Amino acid sequence: MTPRHLLSVADLGLEGIDEVLRLADTFVEVGRRPIPRVPALRGKTVVSVFFEDSTRTRLSFEAAAKRLSADVMTFTGSSSSLNKGESLRDTVLTLEAMGVDAFVVRHSCAGVPAQVAGWLEGARAAGGAGGSGASVVNAGDGAHEHPTQALLDCFTISRERERRFGHSPARPAVLSGLRIAIVGDIRHSRVARSNVIAFSTLGATVTLVAPPTLLPPSLSGWPVEVSQDIDAVVAKSDVVYLLRLQSERMNEQFLPSLREYTATFGLTGERARLLGPSALVMHPGPVRRGIEIAAEVADSPISVITAQVANGVAVRMAVLYLLLGSGAPVGA
Amino acid sequence: MVDASGSRRADVLVKGEVVGAVEPGLSGGGPGTVVLDAGGCIVAPGLVDLHAHLREPGAEEAETIETGARAAALGGYTAIVAMPNTQPAADSAAVVRQVLDLAKGACCDVRPAGAITVGREGRLLAPMAEMAALGVQIFTDDGNCVEDASVMRRALEYASGLGVVIADHCEEPSLAAAGWMNEGELSSFLGLPGRPAVSEEIMVRRDLALARLTGARLHLLHLSSALALDAVREARADGVAVTAEVAPHHLVLTEEAVRSYDPVFKVNPPLRTTADLVALLAGLVDGTIDAIATDHAPHPPEAKQVAFSEAAPGMVGLETALGIALGELGLPAERVLALMSWQPAAIAGLSSLHGGPVVPGAPANLCVIDPSRRWRVVAAALASRSHNTPFAGREITGKVRHTIFAGEPVVIAEEAQR
Repeated sequence: MTPRHLLSVADLGLEGIDEVLRLADTFVEVGRRPIPRVPALRGKTVVSVFFEDSTRTRLSFEAAAKRLSADVMTFTGSSSSLNKGESLRDTVLTLEAMGVDAFVVRHSCAGVPAQVAGWLEGARAAGGAGGSGASVVNAGDGAHEHPTQALLDCFTISRERERRFGHSPARPAVLSGLRIAIVGDIRHSRVARSNVIAFSTLGATVTLVAPPTLLPPSLSGWPVEVSQDIDAVVAKSDVVYLLRLQSERMNEQFLPSLREYTATFGLTGERARLLGPSALVMHPGPVRRGIEIAAEVADSPISVITAQVANGVAVRMAVLYLLLGSGAPVGA
Repeated sequence: MVDASGSRRADVLVKGEVVGAVEPGLSGGGPGTVVLDAGGCIVAPGLVDLHAHLREPGAEEAETIETGARAAALGGYTAIVAMPNTQPAADSAAVVRQVLDLAKGACCDVRPAGAITVGREGRLLAPMAEMAALGVQIFTDDGNCVEDASVMRRALEYASGLGVVIADHCEEPSLAAAGWMNEGELSSFLGLPGRPAVSEEIMVRRDLALARLTGARLHLLHLSSALALDAVREARADGVAVTAEVAPHHLVLTEEAVRSYDPVFKVNPPLRTTADLVALLAGLVDGTIDAIATDHAPHPPEAKQVAFSEAAPGMVGLETALGIALGELGLPAERVLALMSWQPAAIAGLSSLHGGPVVPGAPANLCVIDPSRRWRVVAAALASRSHNTPFAGREITGKVRHTIFAGEPVVIAEEAQR
């Protein structure tokens, strides 16, 4: 049963994630064709609604939609300019009235994609103008979730391990038995929340590594271990996933200094030498070289950061196809 | 008939602005007498709300004194305290006078509270004596807490000389200001920044210490946490002159409501955990809490149909408070009425007009409550100009049938008369 919306990676469940990853395999192949385009979503309209700047994620989604032959519209606006009159609900219903099949929503506040889905469902139930039953894809909401990032990360781990080390993944729990460390600002990270869910759903053991100020106020119910000892964790991890550290965290007293953070939690060249022979290093980007990861590590073969970006388009194609497609096989 | 002196069965005759007679089997009253059916109902002193935001002057699109007072009368209130966080703030005799003028002819007694500090900025004391001379009994910077401990100390000292009450919104801002919901397991899961319960506890304990130091009367607004209640209980036992209120939404809703990300559930202090809710109910039973006050906070749709981060905090409550309290707290009606009528009347210094025993010669400020009336809350049907109720769709048992204010039936058969 395919959900109408992708608000949390948990909406998909193990089978749903596996389906996305399998579809993504197909779309990676499509991306290699001379004309990397299929007619699967011809006649559909996808609008990216970005209230928070994120050119990379927006372009990745738009490329995905275009390769599926969907029409693409873009709405960008800072939430503050919106605040001067039109409510967010009005904005959403206005866009819907133009005829939209999917909203790809990014906002600095948690829950906005869920609110958008609620307003669309409400309009549908009321049966007024619009009410088309459009899908909503969460492209990152505050410190809540970033489901497509988690999906592309799972895809990247599984594929890179297969490509590099011949570890063919067990289906559907493709990360079975892996030890994955997520390092850095977990507290403010939507990527961490989605990845904790996705990695553990796919069978991995997740360890969070961060100073207590950068952990959420409560980890009760999270399927994770927690450690402050990055050296010990790095030495036994199959994947070390580094999160971006925002500079403003210093002003908010989460950390004394960037220098101290790098020394205690950064993946320095020295620390990277503790990694096992088949370990991978990941980062959702944009990377702050010399802060959370040393430049030499980011550029070394153990880093799959570029593969993450490349896989992002295929995975987002899979998500859009799953939510909007007819269910027919992907056309040639 | 239920009042502070107990309950009995009787008819009530109102003559002019006062109660004429209270005895069984009254009949007639002569031509022109309006007869209100109170069969199956409780006749009680009118309710008194210590905490209503009426938004006038300055935000009339959300509420006016007229619409707020009408909503109050429909909820059984004959007196409400209007919070001073208007635009401009009620921090001077001029604004207080304006509110009093606008309240003439309203459906209930509207009593402005004054700001403690100029502009509610927490720095300079507002002219409390001038406002007290106009009848202001409660001073608060509500919406904000008085952050500076020295300012709070001086405010308490100064107020004690005037015989008025200082009321504080207790949330320590450096801990709370960046948050939008209760901090804990759920906020961590939802990715919303939290306002921890300790921010309330810290400010409550500071205020209690200053009340002990100054001997002044302190009222604590909308307490929401078990931690804060423990602090009040201890201070009471030590003889500190403190009273406390709790809002209906904190008694029946928890942070779980925020799982929907619907900003209608955004409120300060935030909805908390089931353990907090249970502690607040215990506080109602053991007397730690003196009053149920609505914290009626109207907002227009455009302030709520936005991201949770940008939404205005607060919810309306005047029309639902009594039904929630009677139907959902498991308290006897006498206790509910004590918490919503005569105890808040005493805190607000209104006992001579509101909440007193219903006896001949008493001011005729009454409400008639049908405790078994079942009704469904329809947000758009509320008389308040704003419809941001957290109880939309909820079935409530207990509703006000008639309200008599200054001898006039302002609500008859659930319909406002003015």
